[in-house]
Amino acid sequence: MELTGADIVIQSLKSEGVEYVFGYPGGAVLHIYDAFFKQDDVKHILVRHEQGATHAADGYARSTGKPGVVLVTSGPGATNAVTGVATAYMDSIPMIVITGQVPKSLIGNDAFQEVDSVGITRPIVKHNFLIKDVKDIASTFKKAFYVATTGRPGPVVIDIPKDITAEKHEFSYPAEIKMRSYNPTVKGHIGQIKRAAELILSAERPMIYTGGGVILGNASEQLTTFTRKLGYPITNTLMGLGAYPADDKQFVGMLGMHGTYEANMGMHQCDVLIAIGARFDDRVTGNLEKFCPDARIIHIDVDPASISKNVKVDIPIVGEVSQVLDDFNRVLGDMSKNDGSPALDKWWAQIDEWRSQDCLKYDRDSELIKPQYVIEQLHEVTKGDAFVTSDVGQHQMWAAQYYGFNKPRRWINSGGLGTMGFGLPAALGVQLAHPDAQVACITGEASFQMCLQELSTAKQYRLPVKILCLNNQYMGMVRQWQEFFYEKRYAMSYVEALPDFCALAESYGHVGIQIEKPSDVRGAIEEAFARKDDAVFLNFMTDKSENVYPMIPAGAGLNEMILV
Amino acid sequence: MRHIISILLENESGALSRVAGLFSARAYNIESLSVAPTDDPSLSRMTIVTTGTDEIIEQINKQLNKLVDVVKLIDMTGDVHIERELMLIKVHASDGERDEVKRLVDIFHGRIIDVTDTTYTIEITGKGDKLDAFVQALSSIAIHEVVRSGLIGISRGEKGLI
Ligand SMILES: Cc1ncc(C[n+]2csc(CCOP(=O)(O)OP(=O)(O)O)c2C)c(N)n1
Repeated sequence: MELTGADIVIQSLKSEGVEYVFGYPGGAVLHIYDAFFKQDDVKHILVRHEQGATHAADGYARSTGKPGVVLVTSGPGATNAVTGVATAYMDSIPMIVITGQVPKSLIGNDAFQEVDSVGITRPIVKHNFLIKDVKDIASTFKKAFYVATTGRPGPVVIDIPKDITAEKHEFSYPAEIKMRSYNPTVKGHIGQIKRAAELILSAERPMIYTGGGVILGNASEQLTTFTRKLGYPITNTLMGLGAYPADDKQFVGMLGMHGTYEANMGMHQCDVLIAIGARFDDRVTGNLEKFCPDARIIHIDVDPASISKNVKVDIPIVGEVSQVLDDFNRVLGDMSKNDGSPALDKWWAQIDEWRSQDCLKYDRDSELIKPQYVIEQLHEVTKGDAFVTSDVGQHQMWAAQYYGFNKPRRWINSGGLGTMGFGLPAALGVQLAHPDAQVACITGEASFQMCLQELSTAKQYRLPVKILCLNNQYMGMVRQWQEFFYEKRYAMSYVEALPDFCALAESYGHVGIQIEKPSDVRGAIEEAFARKDDAVFLNFMTDKSENVYPMIPAGAGLNEMILV
Repeated sequence: MRHIISILLENESGALSRVAGLFSARAYNIESLSVAPTDDPSLSRMTIVTTGTDEIIEQINKQLNKLVDVVKLIDMTGDVHIERELMLIKVHASDGERDEVKRLVDIFHGRIIDVTDTTYTIEITGKGDKLDAFVQALSSIAIHEVVRSGLIGISRGEKGLI
């Protein structure tokens, strides 16, 4: 049957099993919006700003593992989406972003609302396409979804000139696609795996260090088996939290700039480091020259370019993390076990000694609301089972440190790009994907104001997210750096003229709760989650001077932490 | 060290800018880059000459491989290979200079491909250092224009990119 290009877009999305498209209309995509209007298979969620569309799609993707889909118009629609595309790119999130483009005949003419979307997004996408012919729409969508979701995932932009969406063509969606130029490696090299297994078993002071790749690769079960089998300590990066249960005794907490004492000291002193789906980011390694000085390093990753990029590794293994760990679990099954060895016992004794420092302690008797306390209470009220999104700053670090994620895909934050404004729209995407789940957005009063217009989207689609604002009246993380490294010259980090957040939330039809005393924290969180149908804004007036500890200053090694 | 990387990539609009953009975004050096379609018009072949430490060259190779448009690549540096570059050079050549220029062109196995009363245009191929040497040798002659193609290369024997 002949369909218009716009209908082909919708049918292609339907063929890919897309439930929701997050978008915002405009001239170049009006044919596509018209096609949306005529069907119910693919639902469109109207956001209030294109950045919100990308973050909502991103939250949907992170919490489900399915690609998030975005539709925006040409020009300003596309440029507004750029921050969200870059956010997804930095964290390897599968996403399809459809941008409208001016008609083909006008491309290059500086036409109204024309920007070179393919050019602008090139460095922040896994791949992008400009479709030039209606007959290529279906096959391009097939390729785009394939590229976005396989190998190391990432966003793919599809730019579609308006005229093509009105032209007609026979629709048939390809069942399969082969690309001679794109063949991600799936299986790890078994010889390398065996070599690595020997090194792993010979370790005296081992450390397992895992990142977002384990979550993206749905390998949490395999990782748990692997880690338990070995009895080794495990640390997760900010992006990897939840891949291994935080309440397990082998878990030593997050590592890196605001990681735990035991995780960072363990990294520094280990003799064999097993890196899995992690990319040795600078916020994790600290000073590279001082990084893991005694360790031989095994690195498992689906992306060969991640291997030996920042840190030279001894045994690289390229492949999907789940497959490689399955192989490891099989290989290790045949080999003699290491647990019960005196060296390992000694190592655990050392780790427990570091642990006894209790690096995440804070003043529990304070008269002021301590942000850490709010997060702990959130954990209790939600039984550690909520989906938690966050913005960027101190509150993000406290959420990561104190919530205790036991399952993958529950902790949803912008780790790579560090995008303020991510939290609320991401929470909306999560709630849509999981209508009955508890969804909390932990934010700061500065971050929240970067995408607060999405409160209106929450109202339109009745998304009962709970927003926990740790309101310290500062751009707290900026203030912390200024306190430590700029002799307390607090340049522009105080957010004057804050709105009445509760009134603001209420003006959108949501519930606002102001909390000023520690004793009211628990009750307020309980009340918020008891309101099953309402979005609630919890404005916690927290201790303004609280800092995130431990902290590794820039240029220092992992063993050079500032403790409380 | 200097490396010659030979790339087979989809002959799609934008493929070249993906490669060029990768080098600028990651602050890698490009000494020269040449590209044209192959006998299969759906593929282009690109030769990049770059410099960097072993670690950087390894990353360049991996990052290039990661580009969805890149079908295959080899770093030819370690293998026996042939490199060539083409230079077109227009020089001042009036009566007194003509013989001298002609003699130099013969020595360097070049060809004079265009002649006017006052100029010669010369075509010469070879490795980069030969072309440099030719330009040097012309030192007493006024050079109007120099166009160089950038280096292209191919492996010797059975080995290759296909
Ligand atoms: C879009 C964007 N702009 C600027 C920054 C730099 N930045 C990082 S944290 C931060 C302060 C965040 O303040 P707030 O949201 O109140 O959180 P807090 O640190 O107080 O918890 C800023 C400005 C950023 N990460 N993102």
